[in-house]
Amino acid sequence: MIPMLRRILRTGIVSEPPPAAGAEGEMARLGEDIRRILGRALAIREVDAGSCNGCELEIHALNNPYYNIEGYGIKFVASPRHADMLLVTGPVTKNMEHALKVAWDCTPAPKLVVAVGDCGCGCGEIGGTFGTSYASCGAVENVIPVDVRVPGCPPTPTALLAGILAAVRRQK
Amino acid sequence: MRFFGEPIEFDKQAGIGSPVWRGRAQSSEAMQAFAVAVHRNHGRLAALWGEDRRGGGDGFRLHVAFGLDMGHAWLGLDLPAERPVYPDLAGIFSAANRMQRATRDLVGISNEGGDQRPWLRHGAWPADWFPLRHDAGEGGGFVNAPTDYDFVRVGGEGAHEIPVGPIHAGIIEPGHFRFSVIGERLLRLEQRLGYQHKGVEKLFIGRNLAEGARLAGRISGDSTCAYAWAYASAIEAACAVSPPPRALLLRALMLERERVANHLGDLGALGNDAALAFGFSQFMRLKEDWLRLNAQLFGHRFMMDRIVPGGVALDLEAPALASIVEQCDGVGRAVKELKKIYDEHAGLQDRFVTTGAIDAQLARDLSLSGMAARATGLILDARAHRTGYTPPPPWAMLGVRPVTDERGDVAARAALRFGEIFESLRLLREIAVGLPDSGLCAEVPPAAGGQGLGVVEGWRGEVLVGVQLDDAGRLARVHPHDPSWQAWPALEHAVMKDIVPDFPLINKSFNLSYSGADL
Repeated sequence: MIPMLRRILRTGIVSEPPPAAGAEGEMARLGEDIRRILGRALAIREVDAGSCNGCELEIHALNNPYYNIEGYGIKFVASPRHADMLLVTGPVTKNMEHALKVAWDCTPAPKLVVAVGDCGCGCGEIGGTFGTSYASCGAVENVIPVDVRVPGCPPTPTALLAGILAAVRRQK
Repeated sequence: MRFFGEPIEFDKQAGIGSPVWRGRAQSSEAMQAFAVAVHRNHGRLAALWGEDRRGGGDGFRLHVAFGLDMGHAWLGLDLPAERPVYPDLAGIFSAANRMQRATRDLVGISNEGGDQRPWLRHGAWPADWFPLRHDAGEGGGFVNAPTDYDFVRVGGEGAHEIPVGPIHAGIIEPGHFRFSVIGERLLRLEQRLGYQHKGVEKLFIGRNLAEGARLAGRISGDSTCAYAWAYASAIEAACAVSPPPRALLLRALMLERERVANHLGDLGALGNDAALAFGFSQFMRLKEDWLRLNAQLFGHRFMMDRIVPGGVALDLEAPALASIVEQCDGVGRAVKELKKIYDEHAGLQDRFVTTGAIDAQLARDLSLSGMAARATGLILDARAHRTGYTPPPPWAMLGVRPVTDERGDVAARAALRFGEIFESLRLLREIAVGLPDSGLCAEVPPAAGGQGLGVVEGWRGEVLVGVQLDDAGRLARVHPHDPSWQAWPALEHAVMKDIVPDFPLINKSFNLSYSGADL
């Protein structure tokens, strides 16, 4: 126990100020906005609908102490039924098309959808190439309605945070 | 040359990549006999795939890569266009099961007898249409009608099923797990994968070598360097090109950085799955520092597209190399301290020790490679010397010391990761101070009709990429093979003595790729 406490004390708090997306200090008010707009913490259900897992690595990183996403009142939940937002990576494979639609049906209002990555957004060189085929429906928006797109291969955790914020703000 | 006295002639592949011998079986029986001989001599089934060669007037070809002590034997078997069938190999190597089914789904050449259930085809395309046939066309416009899957049923009083997935509870890739349980005890796990199948192999067809490299780097995001290197190595063998020494060492540096990043993340997640949030925070912080230096030095947090056919697409100057050495020192110190905490944490060890155990015999039977195999005591690492095997450059001169652990449980796979982090940090320091001056990228003139097999020891295990170029020097067929193919069945075995709540921990301790195997 003592080595653990010592390590914790020596590490200190490493969480960083949120990225300055858009106007100065806008992200700093994110937690407040989420509570005002949604009336509670933002619950996100992540759905990997066919990615190479690169996007998942960066979504995972949001939970590390630097980005500390839970500090803004944002948490990842285990069921779409508990979620306000679906964070979907792609391209949506034909084999996942049905499951993604079911997850979307199960998500209660406000049912925000953020498409993540070049493949999920159907843009960029690789997103374009995975595209649509016998095995792939392509972009997330080809399967369910999308509110915000966060391109990148993969998008950085900062870009993901900014995208999540943008989706919440659209609810205003 | 010949192996095990079998009458098949093999020739060594060109280039300085992993040792690969190519041969052609004259008949199904000859191939089957060779497979039996490999099995008898403790060899592995490394990969199996099919190719449609009817465009050039031939029939189909079955490719089987075997892992031997001295390297890989890559065997081809030509099959007639009108009846492309071959004898079931799953009775010899159980790992063949899913690979054969995937080969049938994609190319339409099939094993005679044995498991005939579809694997990658879930009903998105018809059973008589095969995407990798040269006359298949684009194949749009099919009705996507998900089919039921014939799971093996477990009967008996009190036995019931828990279906999980394809969407899992955490932030992970999709797949379906069917647990058969009595109470909390796991009797059986059967996986149904293929949900990540996005048609990668078809996308390779007709591309040029550089486009192929970008795609290879996106087969499994966590192993982008391993795939990019294996692909580059296959292309270099096909075109008889040798990358310059500095490029090879820079590739090794990137591969080891990829290994450390993944091991750090896994150690954090393993702590988290055993309710030690402290471990998660600490390791994820170290991983983030690690990725940020990647972004700074390589311009990408996961170093995508930095390994290209012929060499590498960037160079590191002295200050960059110094910052790598400095970071290795810091991370090494922190991980040492955390290892002591993990080792001495009774609650954590209680969850880790004896959980999800497999032994070396099973690892051999399943043709397992990489980390999961080494955690049962097998010395199997494409980077390291072993009896009869000399690793390709740059590994031979670096003297990689493979880490092993004989327990085969979650604790062993955690301990292995600690050990491999320390070894990778040592390698990184050695590479950073010993980079020779040379070019960074050799020119790669595409060789019409060339073929090559690349093998790289990724953080998870052995990554293989087989390529065939067409007459214009473009990609005619690329088959990437992830070590997860062999390790997924190992997970089915590993959970059998444990309880349902241990599954997430056992699963994490393997941390297999869905995308890499579903393609």
